[in-house]
Amino acid sequence: MSMIRTRRAAFAQSGNRFSDKIMLKSNMRNLVLAAVLLMTGVWPALAASEADYKAAFAAAEAAEKQADQLRNKWTTTEAQLVAAKKAAGGGDFDAATAAAREAEALAKASIFQATSEKERWKDMEIR
Amino acid sequence: MASTIRVRATANGDTTEVQALIQHPMDSGFVKDAQGQIIPPHFIQQLTFEHNGKAVFLANWGAAVSKDPYVKFSFKGAGKGDDLKISWVDNKGASDTTTAKIQ
Amino acid sequence: MRVRTILTSAVAALAAAALACAAASAIAAPDRPDPVADAKAFQNFFTRKFPKVKYEDFVNGPYSMNEDLHRQWEEKEQFPPYEFALEAGKEMFATPFKNGKTYADCFPNKGNGIRQNYPYFDEKEGKVVTLELALNRCREANGEAPYSYVKDEMAALTAYMAFTSRGNKMDIKIPDDPRALEAYENGKRYFYTRRGQLNFSCATCHVQSPGERIRAEILAPALGIMNAMPIYRSEWSSMGTTSRRFMTCNSQTRAVPLEPQSDEYRDVEYFLSYVANGLPISGPGARP
Repeated sequence: MSMIRTRRAAFAQSGNRFSDKIMLKSNMRNLVLAAVLLMTGVWPALAASEADYKAAFAAAEAAEKQADQLRNKWTTTEAQLVAAKKAAGGGDFDAATAAAREAEALAKASIFQATSEKERWKDMEIR
Repeated sequence: MASTIRVRATANGDTTEVQALIQHPMDSGFVKDAQGQIIPPHFIQQLTFEHNGKAVFLANWGAAVSKDPYVKFSFKGAGKGDDLKISWVDNKGASDTTTAKIQ
Repeated sequence: MRVRTILTSAVAALAAAALACAAASAIAAPDRPDPVADAKAFQNFFTRKFPKVKYEDFVNGPYSMNEDLHRQWEEKEQFPPYEFALEAGKEMFATPFKNGKTYADCFPNKGNGIRQNYPYFDEKEGKVVTLELALNRCREANGEAPYSYVKDEMAALTAYMAFTSRGNKMDIKIPDDPRALEAYENGKRYFYTRRGQLNFSCATCHVQSPGERIRAEILAPALGIMNAMPIYRSEWSSMGTTSRRFMTCNSQTRAVPLEPQSDEYRDVEYFLSYVANGLPISGPGARP
């Protein structure tokens, strides 16, 4: 309330309708910005398409393949991949995409683990 | 074929301590195999230990007893050299029996 | 503008420091693995952590960590649950192959009392050979199909071979061969590396927490942990091989298990057995 009043006051100094228009425009811009932000935040809740699922699954599989090369796959990653495939098979692309994204995150975490453990294992070594 | 019953009975004065290990799958009927099929129930239903024709230990078992059951108990009234007869019957009608000497 | 230059110079300083640190640690780290020193440090770690445990008792795993469990186990050993598997193993060992040969023909001393020498490093092949691997090679060399590394038959056979070696001191050799040292080091690295979503290494449980509980179980110390293999686990209601235990430990940390007898598994068995040199074979074992 006070902010508006202050801004109003600041603009009121010039005392013309033009400054009011500018304020209205900036308010509008804020509103539009807020709306866009809200939409991107809410994006997953909007229906995922089969294409979205396929892209997410491909990314997850690629990451898991890398984890496999490092001999460090996680059982939970595998479970999410299976869940993604199952959901997609049933036509639920929202769940399938979510599971695929989760699988990718898990696979990436396992890659990080394998990479960092290449040096960190020494921390645990009995010397 | 070797007996499914291993038994060791030791007399200590008037008290005889009995230990027995019985080879049996004791399938409860609630477990599924790798293909997802229920493994049918197959377990010992009655287990009897007899001394001088009298039952000194009688067990009526069900699905809750695990594979290769082990039993340990003590009883009075037997001495060294006496016979102890052990027998079991399972839900499929199979049975086994053995006699051991109390040491 | 000034803030930016301060930031970049700070980053540069950090980077330089990091490089210096890395260089310093590279110089400090030993070039050549020293298994003798490792084994000494390993055994000292556990004997100091548990001064009341008798040296030979470490091979009894969780029983060495808890008096009540120890008593229950001693009682059970009068009539051990692995009797059936042991007898089956004895029979299998004595039964000739289709070609008339037996397991005794594949092993030194007819296979009697040799468990403490496994795993060994095969210099011809350049890799670690475990007892399980040797048994299957014996089968294949004599025209028989190999046994699964995780099922009852292999467990029964290794149980019998452990039994004939009971009391013998673990005696693993690392030949003066860079490949053997590499395998040993590989095994050591595997043991200490965190894995699985739960981010546990073997050391997390068996070095940091022996005697502590993981859910309802009491953890065994890593010292002598191979000496009781194979083990009859009440959880499995059956005899289980070393391969089976490694794989299930992996999946319990939510790591996808490797293939049985993979390089990593054989190497970690090599490492763990070596650092337990001097401790008696207590297999086959019974565990909760």
